[in-house]
Amino acid sequence: MSTAAVAHKRPSTLRGARLPSWSPWAIAAGSIAAAIGIGAAAGLHSRVQWGVIAAILFVLATYGIAARVEGRRQAKDRVATSLVWVAFLLAVVPLVSLIWVTVQRGVKVLDVYFLTHSMGVVADSQPGGGIYHAILGSLEQVGLATLIGAPIGVLTAIYLVEYGRGRLAKAVTFFVDVMTGIPSIVAGLFILSLMLMLDMQPFGFAGSLALAILMMPVVVRSTEEMLKLVPNELREASLALGVPKWRTILKVVLPTSIGGITTGIMLAIARIAGETAPVLLLVFGNQFINANPFEGAQASLPLYIYQQYSNSAGANAAYDRAWAASLTLIAFVMILNLVARGIARWKAPR
Amino acid sequence: MDITTRNTQAPPPAPRPSAAGRKRTSHSATRPGDRIFLGLSRGAGILLLVIMAAIAVFLAYRASLAISKDHGNFLTTFEWNTNLNPPVFGIAVLAFGTVVSSVVAMVIAVPIAVAIALFLTHYAPRRVSGPIGYVIDLLAAVPSIVYGLWGALVLVPNLNGLFSWLNDYLGWTGIFSWDGGAPRSMLTVGILLAIMILPIITNVSREVFRQVPRMHEEAALALGATRWEVVRMAVLPFGRSGVVSASMLGLGRALGETMAVATVLSPDFLIHGSLLNPGGGTFAQNIASKFSEATEYGRDALIASGLVLFVITLLVNGAARMIIARRKEYSGANA
Repeated sequence: MSTAAVAHKRPSTLRGARLPSWSPWAIAAGSIAAAIGIGAAAGLHSRVQWGVIAAILFVLATYGIAARVEGRRQAKDRVATSLVWVAFLLAVVPLVSLIWVTVQRGVKVLDVYFLTHSMGVVADSQPGGGIYHAILGSLEQVGLATLIGAPIGVLTAIYLVEYGRGRLAKAVTFFVDVMTGIPSIVAGLFILSLMLMLDMQPFGFAGSLALAILMMPVVVRSTEEMLKLVPNELREASLALGVPKWRTILKVVLPTSIGGITTGIMLAIARIAGETAPVLLLVFGNQFINANPFEGAQASLPLYIYQQYSNSAGANAAYDRAWAASLTLIAFVMILNLVARGIARWKAPR
Repeated sequence: MDITTRNTQAPPPAPRPSAAGRKRTSHSATRPGDRIFLGLSRGAGILLLVIMAAIAVFLAYRASLAISKDHGNFLTTFEWNTNLNPPVFGIAVLAFGTVVSSVVAMVIAVPIAVAIALFLTHYAPRRVSGPIGYVIDLLAAVPSIVYGLWGALVLVPNLNGLFSWLNDYLGWTGIFSWDGGAPRSMLTVGILLAIMILPIITNVSREVFRQVPRMHEEAALALGATRWEVVRMAVLPFGRSGVVSASMLGLGRALGETMAVATVLSPDFLIHGSLLNPGGGTFAQNIASKFSEATEYGRDALIASGLVLFVITLLVNGAARMIIARRKEYSGANA
């Protein structure tokens, strides 16, 4: 019994010597302590610099110790592992900060009054006012964009999957891909050039048209993926019963994939709801409530954030409103995302 | 996405057309309902092509109106004075700023995004990687104006330390010299853009790394490879083209980003050798900040600069799609 225990302790030839599993933590603690020592001794004020020194010490110490005990290859492996962790933590900091600051500073003025009043009689530098006009404008513009963009997108996807063969389908596929990457401001400039030619003033529906252009390729892509998931046997069974192809598509293919298509459309809505640039060019913004998207400048939530930031010359009240509007916008987008993913899971083709 | 998969998925093709029975080749298309439905869906597809063509044509037309009266050289003038008589404007500074800020963003974002993707697929415990992947999905949906607000009010005030440090130790290179102005420079823009495109590149790379055949990794492990060696010899070579196209998608976003740049940068019309000194501009930022004061002619000039941006993003995205098409299974379009 005792001999077995001894044999177990001896380093086997199959597995080389290994550092104990607590060693990364020990090295981390050591390097943090050393970094604090160095930082304090050298009189560095920035905590960020202390962190950088700690990270460098940690990587160097890990490599040195592991190379000595485990060999060069294991040492490289450990360094790679710690670099991957460092990259991850590095990326988490700004993203967490973004969410944290938005929530923390957004809740300050976010209340029912804020959601139900416009900026009509409030100067940008004064406290008070709200985002009712912006929410109204956003909902109308995004709603109209969806009414235009979603059907065209779904129909295009149906064409590509159910009918599309040959050169036209290839061209459409390629240009849908390219269209996905159009900067939003270019879509805005396109509608703007039309408006300049027709000598029109900014109005809400113009923004909807630009948003619809941005929405279409996203809807086409996601709908296409969903339609491709519908098993061919379903189509063949329906066609074999003598059902016309268009009824097969409407009654068999679309109902099967409706969950995924809805998800795709909602994600596309979430994407265009945050677009600022085309709205800035085409809808222009408005302090007052304008419920008519076909005439006169309107407000919009993302545009409201930008204008509160840029027109207020540093007034804190305006920044507070900008953060609160950001929080509202993020909440709207996140809820759309979560609901969309919920639908995707609930209606997933089984 | 490609023809082969479509053929296996779509209904069986109609019998081959013969010279005599061409009209009856596709039986279904003879019914009125079918004809209408086919017409509608094909019409939608054609409409997309028409929109793309219209974008190019209308932008080019308005741009030609502006450029024909431009008394500077459109490509090399360091000025944007569309209200002068005669008007003088050029895109040199904008092109430089757009490229520089995007390159800075890529240099920062691509290695970190690849590392996070590796972390999620090969390093993190499964329990952790699921929720984190989910959070990154959600972060990709945060509107750019919110990133802009955060960048201007949180990131900029926190960059003084980094800038003076870079100036102290790397100022001799010229690229990192700093005159102490507010840190609203190309480097700030690059950092913010990097943060913004990080989720997209991470998402697509993660999908690619997930598709690495299990056999490749297990074969490497069986030969005694460490985890890093598995990543280097099995995962990265398999995922290289996917990572490249993910980066190009991110680059496309960075090139066209408007609001985040417009809130963070303090622009001027000079090319600065240093990344830290405020100034410069990008296509999209210039359009957003000059637009509200522009006359009709000034708007045409902005459209001309937008046309250049359009062409650049078309080229970048086209290249990304070519790379994806070669490895058809990496579809990042819906990311």
